Amino acid sequence: MTALRLPARPDEDDGRLRPVPWRRMAGVIWRQHRFALAAVAVLLGALAVYEWLTGESLHHAWAAAIACHPAGSPACQGPVNTFDYMENFVSLGGPLQLVPALIGAFAGAPVLAREMETGTFRFAWTQGFGRWRWALAKLAALAVVLAAAAGAVGVLVSWHYQPYFAPGNQALGLTELSTFDTGLFNLHGLAFPAWTLAAFAIGALAGMLIRRVVPAILATLAVYTGLAFTAGLYLRPHYLAPLVTRNPNVPGSAWILSQWSTKHGRFAFAGFPPGNLLNQFCSSLPPGKDGPPVEAFTHCLAQHGYTQWISYQPASRFWPFQWIEGGWLLVLSALLIAATTWLVRHRAA
Amino acid sequence: MNVVEASGLGKRYGGTWALHECTLAIPAGRVAALVGPNGAGKSTLLNLAVGLTAPSAGAVTVLGGHPAGSPTALEGIAFVAQDTPLYKSLSVADMIYLTRSLNRRFDQRYTTARLAELGIPPKRKAGKLSGGQQAQLALTLALARRPRLLVLDEPVAMLDPVARHDFMATVLAAASDGGVSVLLSSHVLTELERVASYLILLARGRVRLAGEVDDLLAAHGQASLEALAMTYLRETQTSEVTR
Repeated sequence: MTALRLPARPDEDDGRLRPVPWRRMAGVIWRQHRFALAAVAVLLGALAVYEWLTGESLHHAWAAAIACHPAGSPACQGPVNTFDYMENFVSLGGPLQLVPALIGAFAGAPVLAREMETGTFRFAWTQGFGRWRWALAKLAALAVVLAAAAGAVGVLVSWHYQPYFAPGNQALGLTELSTFDTGLFNLHGLAFPAWTLAAFAIGALAGMLIRRVVPAILATLAVYTGLAFTAGLYLRPHYLAPLVTRNPNVPGSAWILSQWSTKHGRFAFAGFPPGNLLNQFCSSLPPGKDGPPVEAFTHCLAQHGYTQWISYQPASRFWPFQWIEGGWLLVLSALLIAATTWLVRHRAA
Repeated sequence: MNVVEASGLGKRYGGTWALHECTLAIPAGRVAALVGPNGAGKSTLLNLAVGLTAPSAGAVTVLGGHPAGSPTALEGIAFVAQDTPLYKSLSVADMIYLTRSLNRRFDQRYTTARLAELGIPPKRKAGKLSGGQQAQLALTLALARRPRLLVLDEPVAMLDPVARHDFMATVLAAASDGGVSVLLSSHVLTELERVASYLILLARGRVRLAGEVDDLLAAHGQASLEALAMTYLRETQTSEVTR
């Protein structure tokens, strides 16, 4: 076999090398990750179509319900019920919660884990582009693309649920939900892409640390779930100091965090009144179909010197909370991506 | 100019030194063979030289004093790792695109002509090529970068005799026509006989012998590289066992 002649390398001064331009990574990323990106596009695309179609009918049902006069009349019960029972939040919010986790696990974790697992990092990290630049370019570009796609879906989700948050709903006997609803807050315009970004960054770091695809995917799902629960239960209620009121008529749009009662300025009990207290003071209340209404107990206990307090986050804080959550998730993601890049740069292969 | 220079170079994994107190200088323009039994530290030395691994002790410079892994080093050295890792799901054309994009220099003409000569179709997935074709593709991509130094880790270990011969022919052609310095590791001594002009013998993480092949053969009164290496490896093993 006659091997082709390789012409001699032209001599030039390599003293001051210009780095390979960053933009060259665009085509590299596309060729290497087109299947992952296509899968994400299909997932988010299908979700968007579904949200849009069901959102259309939800908006129509809501329009029909609020247009019905006189409100509260038996004739209006039909449209109101149609709207109220149109969607089951548990079934819809639940699957949507999984989307950032899935993107992080299946698009984020393999980015580095697969290179480590198959040994191709030995190819990638010895090219002229340089290994930390290669890692940073990949992670940053993929993060931006995925977050932008998730952002578009987030806007659509916000629009979809809008009728449930309309301030007049309660007065018309319609379902009115708090925008802070635990199952919905992180699906909105800003939080949704931020959580997607964080899931991706968690996946990338897990992949670099664990170096195997499947364990990295599992670790990503576990860490993301832990973080999402921690944020929802322990962090989000305290982004801003909650308001405290004695007025029991907190609007349905507010996020009620806790309630408790005091007597003569001292703490009496948390939450609902204990049974022995009610037997002692309020046993004479008229029994209703499902027992006396809660307001009746509150009123009864108030007559005996008890004051009920409610701490809550008003609906007006929705956007500040979205920005706060989006902000810290963005900072966290940037730190995770920086840490991953650092590991690629410094950790021996 | 020395293409690789190591002084007191060492790499420790956990408590064991994979490479210890390694001092050597490989001059440019040679086909240098890194020889030794499995686990001698050959891959470790090569990974240190191409900057994939950071040393635990000492230092290694390449291409006349540049730190391993520095931009100049990455630009001037092409590395084909053990088992020639390629992105198996990418096509040959995509592998070419990747290599071209990630480097300042890339000889598209050479690549196209060479792959045509080898009968490697550009649309085929890299993972669907035969072992010999995969090795040739990896070598072609490495040479198309016009490196000053080509580093090959056990390049022919997985190949059948014909593929082995063809692969080494390409390496030799690059060395003689293109003036590329070559550093390759192998435990297949017979393949090195024809090609190596410089020898580094590693055993148990230490350099046992290093120098121009002709000088070494003359000094040790051996007729062939294989005989020299075998004697030397036996000696080191026996002396270490008895010690």
